Amino acid sequence: MPKRILMTAQLDVIHKSLAKMTALISKSLNNMIIALKEQDLLLADEVIEGDEQIDAMELKIEKDCILILARHQPIASDLRDVTSVFRVISDLERIGDQCADICEYIKLISQEEYVKPLVDIPQMAIECEKMINMAIRSFISKDLELAKEVLMMDNTIDDYFENIREELIEIMSKKPETVRQCTYLILIVKYLEKIADHATNISGWLIYNITGTH
Amino acid sequence: MSKTNKRPKIQIKNLDFYYSDFKALKNVNLDILENKVTAFIGPSGCGKSTLLRTMNRINDLIEGTRIEGKVLLDDEDIYQDNYNVTTLRTRVGMVFQKPNPFPMSIYENIAYGPKLNGIKHKSQLDEIVEQSLRSAALWGEVKDILQSNALSLSGGQQQRLCISRALAVSPEVLLMDEPTSALDPISTLKIEDLIAELKKDYTIAIVTHNMQQGARVSDKTAFFLLGEVIEFDDTDTIFSNPSNPKTEEYITGKYS
Ligand SMILES: Nc1ncnc2c1ncn2[C@@H]1O[C@H](COP(=O)(O)OP(=O)(O)O)[C@@H](O)[C@H]1O
Ligand SMILES: [Mg+2]
Repeated sequence: MPKRILMTAQLDVIHKSLAKMTALISKSLNNMIIALKEQDLLLADEVIEGDEQIDAMELKIEKDCILILARHQPIASDLRDVTSVFRVISDLERIGDQCADICEYIKLISQEEYVKPLVDIPQMAIECEKMINMAIRSFISKDLELAKEVLMMDNTIDDYFENIREELIEIMSKKPETVRQCTYLILIVKYLEKIADHATNISGWLIYNITGTH
Repeated sequence: MSKTNKRPKIQIKNLDFYYSDFKALKNVNLDILENKVTAFIGPSGCGKSTLLRTMNRINDLIEGTRIEGKVLLDDEDIYQDNYNVTTLRTRVGMVFQKPNPFPMSIYENIAYGPKLNGIKHKSQLDEIVEQSLRSAALWGEVKDILQSNALSLSGGQQQRLCISRALAVSPEVLLMDEPTSALDPISTLKIEDLIAELKKDYTIAIVTHNMQQGARVSDKTAFFLLGEVIEFDDTDTIFSNPSNPKTEEYITGKYS
């Protein structure tokens, strides 16, 4: 059978760019976690500004996908591969936005003492970061088992979200002066929960990519 | 890196071409870049093959043809007086639409050109035959039947044999005139893969009336209409965002 050398090379380029975009997002998430723990304003700003680079990557990959459609007319699994990349980059781009949004909230509560030592929230963020990396790895290497693991991890994240939310509600009801900060912390964990949903989507696209069904 | 090479291997300058008093090419200007694939697309009869054939002066064999303007190979005018046309045709090889193997063995088809060029040693010829067949991705399929008649091969194999034959004389440029129009889809894709490999070592110009093929294999695309080059640009640009509405009409299939 022909190898479709040129198209395969183009798909490779796209996969490499995806890995690069993921690395940028990982870096943002890691910085966001440190900014949260250390209440580091500068690092939070760095993440917010870094979002531009992530947006630029999305546009570049989108352009590469359009060119591959225009030039190579991929069909069947190749077509699903390219179309699912369109979805994946939009999920990654949303993750980048949400990471930046979290940093905006971190800045708003960076000058005050936290209502409690933050342990669970950074832990949850670390899990999210792991999920994104696993999701992209599963997508690029077409690893169905890894993709299913990501779907399982989403349940853990949902548990984190509910537990942290309930805990913060309790703190608020006992100490009304903490309402402002707790509200921001709840928004932060809600964003983390959304980030995990996007990672789950990415693994969903892989399953579509391989099986052809949602 | 050869990939970023922007050196024009062939330059076509203000070229007009006549079949007697019929003007088949009108003021064509374009560069064929080294180690790139340049595709000529456009409706039939618009002059693609004519232009391709000016680049190794095969048109000279047709009575009543005449050119004005210049064709430069490595900056040298190939239509200047006393230019060595035999050497030119060795440096600029050609593959035609219909596979046209000679009615002799696979081995002899390939050894033919090198023998004409004076290579006599069996071991040297053996090596050229193997190398050329490997380069055309045919070696594995024919290495045990080198003495069989070339005409017993399938169409797709015959075309790759013709490509091997063209490569056997170590050309620098390969001109291909609709090299897959007589082939089935799988053989076509094989030839396209082959083109992708060959451009590492050769400069390629290909005429294709299958514009999807142009989109797949080429780096540069020239769109022809009635003897004129309407648009010449990166293939990415031509197929995603051409600047001339006529190009757009043609590639989107709305040309009438
Ligand atoms: N040997 C020839 N004698 C006279 N006219 C020719 C000859 N070959 C081609 N033509 C004419 O030149 C024009 C361009 O032909 P050609 O280069 O074969 O077009 P294309 O390859 O784009 O289909 C056409 O109008 C064709 O009829
Ligand atoms: Mg023609």
